[in-house]
Amino acid sequence: MSVPSEALNELLNKPSFFQRIKPTDWVWAALVVAGGLFAFVKYAHAMDIYEQAFLILAIPSMIALGWSWRAFQPYSVAVTILSLLGISLYSGVYANGETVFGLKYLFSSQSAVMWMSALFVLATLFYFGGLFTHHEFTLKTASAITWTALVMGFVGLMVRWYESYLVDPEFGHIPVSNLYEVFILFCVITGLLYMYYEGRYRTRTMGGFVLLVISAAVAFLLWYAFTREADQIRPLVPALKSYWMKIHVPANFIGYGAFALAAMTSTAYLVKYYYNNPSRLVAILVPSFIFAGLFLWILLRDLFGKEAVANPSFTFILSAATHAGMIALVTTALLAALGYLLLLPSTQKNFPSLDLLEDITYKAIALGFAFFTVATILGAMWAAEAWGGYWSWDPKETWALIVWLNYAAWLHFRFSKGAHGTPMAWWAVVGLFVTLFAFLGVNMFLSGLHSYGEL
Amino acid sequence: MTQRKPYSTQVMQFLGSMNLAITLLVVIALASIIGTVLQQNQPYPSYVIKFGAFWFDIFRILGLYDIYSSVWFLTILAFLVISTATCIVRNTPGIVRELKHFREHIQEKSLRLMKHSTALHLTQSSGEVQKTAETILKNQGYRFKLQQNEDNIVIAAKKGSSHYWGYWLTHIGMIVICLGGLLDSRLPIMLAEWQGTIKPETRPVPVSEIAKESFLSPNNLSFRGNVNIAEGQKTDVIFLPIRDSYLVQPLPFKVELKDFRVEHYSTGMPKSFESDLVIYDSDLAQPISKTISVNHPLIHKGIAIYQADFGDGGSEVDLKFNPFNPNYKVPDLKGNVFKDYKITGTSAQYKLELTDFRLFNILPITDDKGIVHQRNVGPSVTFKVRNAAGEAIEYLNYMSPIMIDNRNYIVSGIRTKPGEALKYLHIPIDEKGTVQGFMQFLHNLQNPELVRRAASSTTQQSMQEVNLKNADIEQQVIESMIRLTQVFATRGFEGISADINQRFPEPQRAAVNEAFAKVLNVALRAVYLETLKNKGITNPTEKDWLFYDDSLSAMANLPLYGSPWYVQLTGFKQIQASGLQMTRSPGQNVVYLGCLMLVLGVFLMFYVAQRRIWIWLKPQETPNTVEMILAGTTNRQVSEFEKFMKTLRQAFESMSVRS
Repeated sequence: MSVPSEALNELLNKPSFFQRIKPTDWVWAALVVAGGLFAFVKYAHAMDIYEQAFLILAIPSMIALGWSWRAFQPYSVAVTILSLLGISLYSGVYANGETVFGLKYLFSSQSAVMWMSALFVLATLFYFGGLFTHHEFTLKTASAITWTALVMGFVGLMVRWYESYLVDPEFGHIPVSNLYEVFILFCVITGLLYMYYEGRYRTRTMGGFVLLVISAAVAFLLWYAFTREADQIRPLVPALKSYWMKIHVPANFIGYGAFALAAMTSTAYLVKYYYNNPSRLVAILVPSFIFAGLFLWILLRDLFGKEAVANPSFTFILSAATHAGMIALVTTALLAALGYLLLLPSTQKNFPSLDLLEDITYKAIALGFAFFTVATILGAMWAAEAWGGYWSWDPKETWALIVWLNYAAWLHFRFSKGAHGTPMAWWAVVGLFVTLFAFLGVNMFLSGLHSYGEL
Repeated sequence: MTQRKPYSTQVMQFLGSMNLAITLLVVIALASIIGTVLQQNQPYPSYVIKFGAFWFDIFRILGLYDIYSSVWFLTILAFLVISTATCIVRNTPGIVRELKHFREHIQEKSLRLMKHSTALHLTQSSGEVQKTAETILKNQGYRFKLQQNEDNIVIAAKKGSSHYWGYWLTHIGMIVICLGGLLDSRLPIMLAEWQGTIKPETRPVPVSEIAKESFLSPNNLSFRGNVNIAEGQKTDVIFLPIRDSYLVQPLPFKVELKDFRVEHYSTGMPKSFESDLVIYDSDLAQPISKTISVNHPLIHKGIAIYQADFGDGGSEVDLKFNPFNPNYKVPDLKGNVFKDYKITGTSAQYKLELTDFRLFNILPITDDKGIVHQRNVGPSVTFKVRNAAGEAIEYLNYMSPIMIDNRNYIVSGIRTKPGEALKYLHIPIDEKGTVQGFMQFLHNLQNPELVRRAASSTTQQSMQEVNLKNADIEQQVIESMIRLTQVFATRGFEGISADINQRFPEPQRAAVNEAFAKVLNVALRAVYLETLKNKGITNPTEKDWLFYDDSLSAMANLPLYGSPWYVQLTGFKQIQASGLQMTRSPGQNVVYLGCLMLVLGVFLMFYVAQRRIWIWLKPQETPNTVEMILAGTTNRQVSEFEKFMKTLRQAFESMSVRS
């Protein structure tokens, strides 16, 4: 118990804003201002007025972020130093990426991203290890590894930005232009959001769950990089050449990252809840398995059945159903596996309370919703400038609206009806799949339909 | 007995209910999905092909081809606006009360029942505690009101009222966005069409032939349409696509396209699309010249002009007709894209319809190391050849040879139905890089004398080699060689199979097939050698034999090719067209205002918690003792509030410890 008079003093003599700022905070502010102004003086001529405004506005935003979340300060400093190191190692020659040791094995964007990928997976293992063994040091190591992964991921993005200019000055662009790049962004943003909540609530035990979604993203990233050569730096199509990309995409990914985080804390919630109420777990899992099994059957029939389906639209529905079925199967299997692991009673003791998990879920969805709203509006404004209309009901726009409506409904349920518990947790998990479709499915699936439909 | 509420109240309650609001949000989300899965606003015939006549009609009646303009979808949206408005109207009096009142008259019992409520006894004077409480509340940003009751004091405090402004901003913002959208919607056009005052045009005809009912008023408040202008041309209208037809929107000015440019990256990918425009307006002293590009529109008189598309503007192309049969010789043609030409000089009448010319074609090309690159393969021309019966086949012919598996071919794509994938004919090129070598070989195969000569010499040579002298057999072999070659040169392998099927019963066919293949092969080789000999080549190299194999593959496909000629693009003068989109959208700024309200509101609602704290003090009979109830409510950030209330309790407890 804290000393009571301290509480009183704290409340009576509320320290002023500037009294709460530590000396290191001032150093931080000075660094940000110096860096920002240096960049402005050196590169303002290469930017348009909007980009200059972004740079200037980034200075107070970074200071505020660092002041309200102190862990962000050393993180940014590390990212800055390593990015500058990586850039200087290139000394203006792209081919150095293959020959200079520091680039080939550490800081070229591809190596940095590989490090990030490996470290995230490792951190996931450490988080789960620490959860099951109650080993505080293992959990702390997991946090440290996550921070390192986050540093490498961000360094990878920064160096890639520079590399894009080295490949060809005309190619240069912020690395948020294709799926490979935004997946790195997704991993980094989701990880940062998680670290914020970890620090704020002083609990490391849910880390494994959140890192699970990041590891899944890493798996996709690697698959995508190796099979599609997506890690190649390619020039921008004319429609993407706009300052809007610099704000629209990151804002969107804060939304996506927060929704993913919410889905994973909800998963943790569900696992904990069903551990304590096993009979309800049966009630949920049995229909899920029947559902998944049904789709698996359709999939097998589709793959090996003799009746090749002639009607293309039917094939589409079938394959859509099959994919939905696979997703259902994977989700169920994942939940079941996690549930099984958590049947180890040892994990229950230091696992966050249901209330806390619910609280984080709500906060993440609120944050995600706010940023997703901003991102969608920015997207509409960009569309007005590039496509001649702020809203055209294009599939991507429409799916953004669907995601928005979904979470708007979730928030209304929670605020106005005070709804909570497993239904809201399940809804948050389902929300991730809706989000995933908006972010990936539209590109892969509907564009396929699109080209198919173009008669 | 409960009394039945008045009907109007029930309606209000229903419209403003949270259940309706959430249902509407979900229904709109689900309905929107349909429009993303079913491609919107496509030409109607493509829907018929996809769904069949029966479903096509049902989907059309349901408005699924333009779902976001369908009456039922708009009705749901209208319901959402009404529901939101009702919600605001119903909640506002309560919110105003919340904003105004401190609820200082609250009862002791209610305070004790609150979720965040705690009671404590302090050994401290009531006045001292009150003073401390006021300081703390002020420090924490609370506003408060004091209520002196008979035997107690209530300090009623609150903060975070802007949370309610967040409620108003988000919900009014949504309505503003919908109204802004309505301003830019096609509702007026839909209504006018319904009344029959406007009638969309379905035929692709010049503007001068379009009926007056298809023209919209130049004062039309909002529109979004397209127009293609060829370089050097002007326009003062744009076209608004509507279902499978279009409307014409006159502009208050003229736009001329001076030049259109596509710039490319080193990879061949397009880097920028730019149009040099000139605006002629009688209100302007001088025409405006401006270059627009993607992401950089031009706005004049409230009409924004965007770079949306590009295409051919009627390029001049030089075409050479290489007949597959020497009888079909026709003269060369100089034509323009988008024009039709009668091809005379053959027994059958054909129409050549030039549809497109492209200067750049970026295709994936596999290099000799097996790596795929995106390469520019140069110009191409697209055209249709229509026969007398009106059947057309579409062709896409590349001007330059394309490298496939390390060998160069002249490539011609064909399709018989729009929307089909192209099938390709690969004609091997000769040492000069032309199709002449192939054509010569093909023509030789159709030349009876040459075939007879080649067949005779090869047959005689073979018979001599095996010491066989039989004039009858010799003659028979020669004749079958000539016949088979003839069939192959006109109808390909298919023709030969058909021929066998017609002349031999089933059991013999396999054997005959084998024999014929041998004979044919010998004959073809003989003719090929003869062809080479005419060119002065007596010792064919491996390259020559590859050419021979490629030629046969190409010939085997010829019967399916449909056109009597390979139409070769020999020269061109490119004339480009720029696709401009023009919009007038008075609702845009209204929508942005709504968006701003929405964003501000969302942040206020999520990050400002509306909190109330009551401090209830009752001096006890013993001097310097006071009973205290500490109670509070919050609508957000419950855990933080709980923590704060705990600290508050500790603070007051410490007061009594110290004294």
